[in-house]
Amino acid sequence: MQTNKLYLYPVWVRLWHVMNALMCLILIISGVSMQYSNPEYPFIRFDLAVSMHNISGIILSASYLMFFIGNRFTANGKHYRIRIQGLIASLIKQARYYAFGIFKGEQPPYPVSTEMKFNPLQRFTYGLTMYLFVPLVLITGWALLFPETIVTNFFGFGGIQATSLLHVTAGFLISLFLIIHVYFCTIGHSPSSNFKSMIDGYHEAH
Amino acid sequence: MTNKTVKRHRKPLAAFFVPVILLLTIFSASVASDKKAKSLDDESKQCLKCHSQVRYTLVDTTSGDSVKVKMYNELKIDPVSYLNGTHGGFKCTDCHSSDYVNFPHPASVKFESKYTCLDCHGGDEQYASFHFETIDEEYARSVHADSLGDEFTCWSCHNPHSYRLTDKDNSITNLVAYNNSMCLKCHGNSLISSTLTDKDITNLVNKHDWLPNQALHFQKVRCIDCHAAQNDSLMVAHLIRPSSEAVKKCVECHSTNSILMSSLYKHAAREKRNELGFYNGVITNEAYIIGANRNYYLNVASIALFALTLLGIGIHTLLRILKNRSNADK
Repeated sequence: MQTNKLYLYPVWVRLWHVMNALMCLILIISGVSMQYSNPEYPFIRFDLAVSMHNISGIILSASYLMFFIGNRFTANGKHYRIRIQGLIASLIKQARYYAFGIFKGEQPPYPVSTEMKFNPLQRFTYGLTMYLFVPLVLITGWALLFPETIVTNFFGFGGIQATSLLHVTAGFLISLFLIIHVYFCTIGHSPSSNFKSMIDGYHEAH
Repeated sequence: MTNKTVKRHRKPLAAFFVPVILLLTIFSASVASDKKAKSLDDESKQCLKCHSQVRYTLVDTTSGDSVKVKMYNELKIDPVSYLNGTHGGFKCTDCHSSDYVNFPHPASVKFESKYTCLDCHGGDEQYASFHFETIDEEYARSVHADSLGDEFTCWSCHNPHSYRLTDKDNSITNLVAYNNSMCLKCHGNSLISSTLTDKDITNLVNKHDWLPNQALHFQKVRCIDCHAAQNDSLMVAHLIRPSSEAVKKCVECHSTNSILMSSLYKHAAREKRNELGFYNGVITNEAYIIGANRNYYLNVASIALFALTLLGIGIHTLLRILKNRSNADK
């Protein structure tokens, strides 16, 4: 099979990506440990989990700032812009390919190019995660780091409780995204080629 | 709209509001009458003429000379706190010697023995639910009894002239503040603590510097929740342990079997079960404790979503393997 390599991931994107992935992993593991803390079966010691969560949350914030500024001032940002026109149809088309077309040997409906490195489904989920769930988890996380700043009563509901529910829900959705994201990365030229791309920056096309 | 129609509309409105207001007035009057207002008897009023003042006048009965004398803090009683307190309905001489009615007080009153809680409350069926005997046993084993002996009594924490029950109607925040104020009387005031011990038992901020979100913990948790051994039969634990034995493991509170459910929230927990599907739901109204407040439904939903995702990935992987095999066979 003939392959051609596209340089899609510049150094700053790869640096941000590896930092983002590492911090998200630590945050998910320490977060789950705190949420399901049990004195009899401690997964990670509670105070240690709190410190891990706080430090990696602060590093993730810095890394997100780098991503946000990078996307704002370089061409990378355009890949995250969700096009509303024909969105549903393009999502269905891509989902149909992943569900059926891929097993029938069909060609991907939106092949990877320098102009369009993400297919519509990736663009939609990456955009939603990076511009809605991650900011939400960061804002609520910083608020929980300084709980005295949170309103004590939110429509009869504890302010910290409401903030925490948002934080945990957004964190859970991000962890679901992470699992699906890692799995879909195995769908490439070879199961490992997309992982190599995030190291050397070159995408290996079919 | 004409004036007539306006009047026609007003009548039913008035017919509705007048009885409602009347009913509310009667109801509030009956509620008010349920709470028996405590009042001071004349003899006690006479005592408080001096004992509620910063300075009182002492008159020499022979010469007729008078002098203004300072009333020491421990002899001063705030009449409002006294009336609002648990013992507010009593005459002063119900507990103190009747010789106190003489003024200046005779020297013999200095020898009166002071009551302890058990002198009135011990072995009384009416107070059985408070378990005063168990409280006494627990206190006798506490760090206060151990290190201070007779210097420390029930009254050291529970001022008999102002102590009030913090019952279930009180908000947890108020309950915590009231309860902690008893500890802070000595542990937050080196002038008082120095009359009891040479040890530095104040400086609580530094001593708790290991505790994250210290201010929030101090507002939301009672000192005794970490510093006393919990006893199921007591609403309030009295076995205060040495500081080295205090709860220091976060998970003892930050878990679904939080010790706070058997201490601080015991009252409320008995009244209210988890209504919104929150584990230890009663805590959520006043505080949020990571690990202790999980929502049951969100928990189930998240596990289901997680399982479905893994199932989807599993099926997709399997189909990909099968397809690759059939491609290889061709």
